[in-house]
Amino acid sequence: MTGEALIVLDNVNKYFGPLHVLQDVTLSVDRGEVVVVIGPSGSGKSTLCRAINRLEPINSGTITFDGQELPAEGRALARLRSEVGMVFQSFNLFAHKTILQNVMLGPVKVRREKSAAVRERAMSLLERVGIANQAEKYPAQLSGGQQQRVAIARALAMQPKAMLFDEPTSALDPEMVGEVLDVMTSLARDGMTMVVVTHEMGFARHAANRVVFMADGQLVEQARPEEFFANPRSDRAKDFLSKILTH
Amino acid sequence: MSAVFDNLDVFLGGFWLTLQLCFLSAIGALFVGTIVAVMRISPVPPLRAIGTAYVTVFRNIPLTIVFFFSAFGLPALGSNADFLRIPVVDTIFSRMGIDLPYFRFAIIALSLYTGAFVCEALRSGINAVPAGQAEAARAIGLTFGQNLRHVVLPQAWKAAVVPLGSVIIAMIKNSALAGFFGVVGDLSNSGYALITVNGEPTIPIMIGISLGFLIMTVPLGVLLDRIEKRRAVAR
Repeated sequence: MTGEALIVLDNVNKYFGPLHVLQDVTLSVDRGEVVVVIGPSGSGKSTLCRAINRLEPINSGTITFDGQELPAEGRALARLRSEVGMVFQSFNLFAHKTILQNVMLGPVKVRREKSAAVRERAMSLLERVGIANQAEKYPAQLSGGQQQRVAIARALAMQPKAMLFDEPTSALDPEMVGEVLDVMTSLARDGMTMVVVTHEMGFARHAANRVVFMADGQLVEQARPEEFFANPRSDRAKDFLSKILTH
Repeated sequence: MSAVFDNLDVFLGGFWLTLQLCFLSAIGALFVGTIVAVMRISPVPPLRAIGTAYVTVFRNIPLTIVFFFSAFGLPALGSNADFLRIPVVDTIFSRMGIDLPYFRFAIIALSLYTGAFVCEALRSGINAVPAGQAEAARAIGLTFGQNLRHVVLPQAWKAAVVPLGSVIIAMIKNSALAGFFGVVGDLSNSGYALITVNGEPTIPIMIGISLGFLIMTVPLGVLLDRIEKRRAVAR
């Protein structure tokens, strides 16, 4: 962490019809920082995560990435998105392309890099997430945990400045959660800037620099993980933690 | 049925011209339909409005009216559809290049009308692609065009090919109208001339025309069934 802000949300508001899903959300994420966003479902954490690369446009407020305000739809936005990796709950690997093609598509088409160089980088990324031997298979032939690790490799292939994780383990069978969290933990250790929406409290405890707790569209409190889990200040957070930590 | 066999050369000539008309119109309809479909899903509201208006108009008026405006409206506007005299293509399909414009007008009418249905078949295919696919493509920085070309359309195509085939079969049958709007010598026009000019018996000739269309449409239907079965197994 350098103390230099990479992602800044300032007074962000977002409505789905009459529903006020993000209410005056202000949040700043430093370069190299790992921020874990937790909270009950429907609290707006996924929307917050998706707003950062404008998959959800916001109604008011500003979002700044690397000193530049998010542009409107168009080439400038596409360029910005190419610098922000995103991992989805439902993996969303391109179903008609092989694992290797999935990882190579962005660098080849968006960055116009040479295919041979990209292939080498893609293979070493697949190696890193432990799926190099499946490179020629199609997504449907892989388990959920493997698909999600490919999705992480696909995002990393763009050499992003930050990574967004939108509930990356929520759609996985329990025995596959660990393999995905391991990859994420190693990324965090390597200094990647990460915003992670998750229900994995273990990951929040050991990998996060900061925990952000959201409820009903509001950012209720934020603190270092050891402090937050031992000593939540708000009643809403105490209530939430008492419900999930008693089991 | 001797009326058919005695005039087999007329039927063959008509069959050949109808086949050309359908082939060229199918290309035109796929071209128009793809453009309108891309407009209808584009992020630009005015383009979406134009696409929607196009489909609303051409899907909801009778084909006869479209033929009428093409065959009588275009000349009134001073157009002979000369832009369809495409070099090389008009030597392969010689009717495209002749001075009499009605073959070209028929291609325009069939392409515009069928294009609206092609657009909707393509769009149903695009809607069959899970939203997450396009979202993931946007998230790695693909532009709208790249997203369509590399992620959405290759998958939409698989879901759209069977409904597209039905649209083309309907278009082949609709092409029978061309003979009543100035095209001379296509399957229905040739058959009709046999009845009215040569005094051949009506029913056998009509059966002959039907057979001519069935030779084009039935194999296409069988092909579509095959494609659908193969997809069902792959799933």
